[in-house]
Amino acid sequence: MDESDAGSVDRRGFIKGAAAGALAAGSPGVLHAQDHQDMPSDPALRVKALESVLVEKGLVESAALDVLVDTFENRVGPRNGAQVVARAWVDPAYKQRLLDDGTAAMAEFGFSGWQGEKLTVVENTPTVHNVIVCTLCSCYPWPLLGLAPTWYKSDAYRARTVVDPRGVLRELGLQVSDEIEVRVWDSNAASRYLVLPERPEGTDSLSEEQLAALVSRDAMIGVAKVESTVDGDAP
Amino acid sequence: MSLPDDERVAQDLDSLPRLPRDDNGPVFAEPWQAQAFALAVRLSEQGHFTWTEWTEALGAQLRTAAARGEPDDGSRYYEHWLAALEGLVTEKKLTDMTKLDERKAAWIEAYQATPHGQPVKLGQPSS
Repeated sequence: MDESDAGSVDRRGFIKGAAAGALAAGSPGVLHAQDHQDMPSDPALRVKALESVLVEKGLVESAALDVLVDTFENRVGPRNGAQVVARAWVDPAYKQRLLDDGTAAMAEFGFSGWQGEKLTVVENTPTVHNVIVCTLCSCYPWPLLGLAPTWYKSDAYRARTVVDPRGVLRELGLQVSDEIEVRVWDSNAASRYLVLPERPEGTDSLSEEQLAALVSRDAMIGVAKVESTVDGDAP
Repeated sequence: MSLPDDERVAQDLDSLPRLPRDDNGPVFAEPWQAQAFALAVRLSEQGHFTWTEWTEALGAQLRTAAARGEPDDGSRYYEHWLAALEGLVTEKKLTDMTKLDERKAAWIEAYQATPHGQPVKLGQPSS
């Protein structure tokens, strides 16, 4: 973050640094040496108000919130989903279990949902391409993919994907030929979806771990394909 | 649910950022968004409202924003999230808007009163 965060890696330290950074970026020249704290934005203050009131009333615990924020910021990400996909590619029995009951199959990895929603895994094949959306709000398989990207939450994606999936996919850089059927899965509070992408050609020699590294978040949403080579920044 | 008309959609699409193919970038633009997110999840887990109630409240906020003609590229998404959360929390009588406004004012005061570099703490919790 910045120099003022020395030694402080907890959430609140991070928040303070990030808020200062945002202010500096938004309004250059404002951040002079001040003798008091930089004021957080209005929504940030409202969240602080909510959190402190609810914690004080014992309705939520501060520690539980910290754990959750940390999970989403640092630990959960598309990696969880990628592990599931790679296992399905190398283990036909697992793949069958995954397609039969996504919730139970992801639980084999220790991944679970928080709201009891059901996970359905939909398989891409040479003749069918699947894509997921939530037209109501932004239901998303968080435990597997982390938090939804901004574009997934946009009106444009939510409204257009059901009406013109091929057009949206094209604009997101994925050309799906006319012979391939496109299926759109509309998520809701009770049901989440994950796309099982096709295993790319020429990956027979790769280990399960190497395969998982190829699987992108976008492929599991269904707006990209998995490519057999990773270019650029390896982890 | 009403879908926006074509012109509106075209406008929205213009503001839809081209997706960088290998960008798994930050899922939250600002930390308060992660906090607001965690609050909703946790309150639901604790049984203060169901997840269905939550998605309905959020969906209603998003529809209202769209009905106002507000261009939504997802960047204001967590503002709607926060408004929905305030709405549901007060509807469920977990607290009320007066209390939240007072508390927000207290935080502002605390920020103004705390010297730079020191942790910001609330003085006396109001009421």
